[in-house]
Amino acid sequence: MAINIIKEKCIGCGQCFKSCPKDAFYFEPYDGNKLGKVAAIGPSCDFCNQCLTSCKFGAIEEKKVEVQADLGDYKHVWVFAEQRNGKLMNVALELIGEGYRLAKEISEDTQVCAVLIGDEADIAPLAEECFAYGAEKVYKIASPHLKNYTTDGYTFALKEAIDEYKPEIVLYGATHIGRDFAPRIAARCNTGLTADCTRLDVRVSSYIEYTSKNTTLDTSTLDPNDPSTGIKQTRPAFGGNLMATIICPRTRPQMSTVRPGVMQKREPVAGATGEIVDVKTTVSADDIHITIKDIVKSAKEMVSLTDAEIICSGGRGLGDASGFELIKQFADKVGGVVGSSRAAVDAGWIDHSHQVGQTGTTVKPKIYFACGISGAIQHLAGMQTSDCIVAINKDADAPIFEVADFGIVGDLYKVIPEIIAEWDNAEALYDASTK
Amino acid sequence: MAFNIIVCAKQVPDTNVIKINPKTGTLIRDGVPSILNNDDANALEQALQIKDKFDDVHITVITMGPPQANDLLFECIAKGADEGILVSDRAVGGSDTWATSNTLEAAVRKWVKENGDYDLIFTGRQAIDGDTAQVGPQLAEKLDLPQVSYVEEFEIADDRKSVTVKRQLEDGYELIEVQLPCLLTTIKELNTPRYMTVAGIYGDKEMKVWNAKDIEVDLTKVGLEASPTNVFRSFTPAPKQPGVKIEGDTENAQAKNLLIKLKGKHVI
Amino acid sequence: MNFSLTKEQEFVRKMVRDFAETEVEPLAADIDAEHRFPEETVAKMAKYGLLGVPFPTEYGGAGGDHISYAITVEELSKKCASTGVICSAHTSLCCWPIFNWGTEEQRQKYLPDLLSGRKLGAFGLTEPNAGTDASGQQTRAEKDGDYYVLNGAKVFITNGGYAETFVVMAMTDKSKGNHGISAFIVEKGDEGFSIGKTEDKMGICASSTTELIFQNCRIPADRLLGEEGQGFKVAMSTLDGGRIGIASQALGIAQGALDVTIEYMKARKQFGKSLSKFQALQFMVAELATEIEAARLLVYRAADMKDKHLAYGPAAAMAKYFAAETAMHVTTKCVQLHGGYGYTKDYPVERMMRDAKITEIYEGTTEVQKMVIAASVLGK
Repeated sequence: MAINIIKEKCIGCGQCFKSCPKDAFYFEPYDGNKLGKVAAIGPSCDFCNQCLTSCKFGAIEEKKVEVQADLGDYKHVWVFAEQRNGKLMNVALELIGEGYRLAKEISEDTQVCAVLIGDEADIAPLAEECFAYGAEKVYKIASPHLKNYTTDGYTFALKEAIDEYKPEIVLYGATHIGRDFAPRIAARCNTGLTADCTRLDVRVSSYIEYTSKNTTLDTSTLDPNDPSTGIKQTRPAFGGNLMATIICPRTRPQMSTVRPGVMQKREPVAGATGEIVDVKTTVSADDIHITIKDIVKSAKEMVSLTDAEIICSGGRGLGDASGFELIKQFADKVGGVVGSSRAAVDAGWIDHSHQVGQTGTTVKPKIYFACGISGAIQHLAGMQTSDCIVAINKDADAPIFEVADFGIVGDLYKVIPEIIAEWDNAEALYDASTK
Repeated sequence: MAFNIIVCAKQVPDTNVIKINPKTGTLIRDGVPSILNNDDANALEQALQIKDKFDDVHITVITMGPPQANDLLFECIAKGADEGILVSDRAVGGSDTWATSNTLEAAVRKWVKENGDYDLIFTGRQAIDGDTAQVGPQLAEKLDLPQVSYVEEFEIADDRKSVTVKRQLEDGYELIEVQLPCLLTTIKELNTPRYMTVAGIYGDKEMKVWNAKDIEVDLTKVGLEASPTNVFRSFTPAPKQPGVKIEGDTENAQAKNLLIKLKGKHVI
Repeated sequence: MNFSLTKEQEFVRKMVRDFAETEVEPLAADIDAEHRFPEETVAKMAKYGLLGVPFPTEYGGAGGDHISYAITVEELSKKCASTGVICSAHTSLCCWPIFNWGTEEQRQKYLPDLLSGRKLGAFGLTEPNAGTDASGQQTRAEKDGDYYVLNGAKVFITNGGYAETFVVMAMTDKSKGNHGISAFIVEKGDEGFSIGKTEDKMGICASSTTELIFQNCRIPADRLLGEEGQGFKVAMSTLDGGRIGIASQALGIAQGALDVTIEYMKARKQFGKSLSKFQALQFMVAELATEIEAARLLVYRAADMKDKHLAYGPAAAMAKYFAAETAMHVTTKCVQLHGGYGYTKDYPVERMMRDAKITEIYEGTTEVQKMVIAASVLGK
């Protein structure tokens, strides 16, 4: 159990039972209080810590983790700067930005370092870009055997570097490559890994600030002056129904994959430089056990939902696949990209690559138009941090209106053509309205 | 010699049905059905398709969970798997993905001890309750197997010594050849899982339960205490403030009013 | 007394429910509108063992029982009553009499194809002038050496247009009345056997309901099912079991209608609140749910009695009578709860209400069920 029940403080009232999503509490007999019983925890506990703040009598305490002494050998924040064909993934730059923030929270002399893995010709030119976006050091692991990503080759190479340089934190983009690579290297290092994080903190004070502003967490058991700097990795679970903050107290490096589109890039500084460390790798062809026969860019329309400034998404309310023709027209008009809800994908109306949400892409555009999308919690998980959400739906009580900044209750087949028609007049309409 | 396939599967709550109690902010799990995890159903289906093609294929499903997870084995065998093993022990409760992969590794090694080598391991890419996608690759690491994740197409060589798979990328795919044995993680694009058959439901079932002692797992590597990651806090996301309803007598008026608001907020 | 389903029965429900949601529901409205027999669905049902649920595996059956068979028909009928009756008529009216009355040779010859769904089955009893009074059979079978020669016609035969194996009643000795009726197995393609017109029906429009025509139809003498003169017994025992199938179909229709209505009532708002918040409507739903549950208990009880080889005839009649009336009442109320939308084909309750009506008519009208029940209660 991640908690202890202090029998002497428990009065047997059972208030804590309500806080447990797993019904793990039960009573056991006890002579020391009036009711003759105390709360106990059964095997269904899944250690979510939701009961921590439920006891008014202070009878529930968190089990403290003993930390080994040698963790202090590990320093600096590393970002796996994923590149494909000599082009950095956007998420790498976002992570350099986030890594910079974390590094400075840990201490002034903690650095954010980008790790480039690949063929020399592909990765040499990328150091400059990493520096521009905030990296203070670049570790370059170059080998012809690392030209294309392979789980074996990359894991071998990065393990060598981690053993030699001992980073405190390693961040990866939660791309299809990052989510293949990170678990393998974490297992090889026998350390912890947290997937698909949407928020990272190292200081308890900043964690309190974030959670009290954005969540329902009761922060009364947290000490803002806590000096520890272990990473607190917040991620959605249960289809976005629950947020969990994960720590990695006993092992180093601490590792996270982070969803693309969630973290902020820094403003690039042209001409910024830093130290480049050439990491010698001993990776050889024998270390790689798969053969990549081909890498194919799919012919299907490229959807870069993550980079889009405007997204026009359609859902079940479209009625059928042809509704996406209107959504496409809408997106073309406003310079946006077509997205969709899971329901529309499951119905076979549009390809999965358009899906926004828990099992699709997480997006954070300037404007998100949700057309005929009811707002299932899985969908909200992927788009609710958009700067501005506009919902168009027939059902005035659709949950999408609860997250929307602007809502139109109406028939999307009538409303959208009007928005398309008036789009270019927006400025004039606004001016007229202010007079 | 038989061609042995191991499928690792997980029983999960159907997250589509889960609701939040708005008052306490806790998950309401009453009446939430437990299902065979989606990606794992694709993993089993691929194994069954190999079995459809060759007549000496033996499929073992291994799952880790509470005693009720027996239902998952029942379902997998009713679809055509030959054998099901439930690894269930309080000692492995609270395991994170690292500790889970240690448990599964021990179970696989125990299976090998009793039955000989396996040729292929399938797992689903990720489970819908955690969405981590970590256990498959971590199990491959422990077993020292090559891995390919996000498999969306699969072909086995006639000599059954290698497979050629398409690994999904965000903007395309990689075509990868890998020698057996290996571990593949599957996604829904790979196939459409079949249903159970009624005869399968009523047929004999080879199911067993192994505890931590049976699989001879190092108890310092499993369970909550051994897991490198722990839950620090968990909570429900706060709902955003309700927005503004755009009024208008006609759709045109609604459209105009919307554009005025968007312009006013400088979002366009 | 044990009111819980076995693990196997629970899994059959889960399996058929998944199957019906994915394979049956998406087609239901279209095949109803087009009056199209869903051959593709039947092929899939065959593949998963849904056409041989309560028969032993030695004949190619799934090894299940009659409760799991009832659950199968119920779950199919929740989404599409036409699909439900295809399964029910095949299983109860064709496979069962061959299994129960057939010789070992006949079982070996016919059941593997039927139970695996390679061939579909049908049952021919009703005639233009012999409906509820089945004893008035005018189809004749005359022995001619090693053959029987059949002449006459059957009407309202479910699966008629798609079946390949038929269990047919014919008079072999008119002077003996009921005791002069015999049962035969007729195969598609038999000389002198043809399918007549297809009925244009109010409901279950995707099921095939046809005439069977016998014009000097010569069949080998070993097609006789049971003994000469046992046909009426074969028919009546078959209908006893068939009633469990139709009762399950009615139960499924009722439950399916209530399910979609509850969904609708939560979504539909009038006077500023969901329909589900109005107490008068809540009470109506409570009544419907209770009727359905009562019907379910009767149906499963009859199926359980059949599995235990108890005399289940009156129990099956009660189940069929009550479930059919429940289906009609529930669907009528569900249309009402949908208001105007319920009367349109945009919502499935319109189809369900039309489908429900037949369950009060075929395989013994409600009135026949009451005759059976009354006879068992009052004595003959």
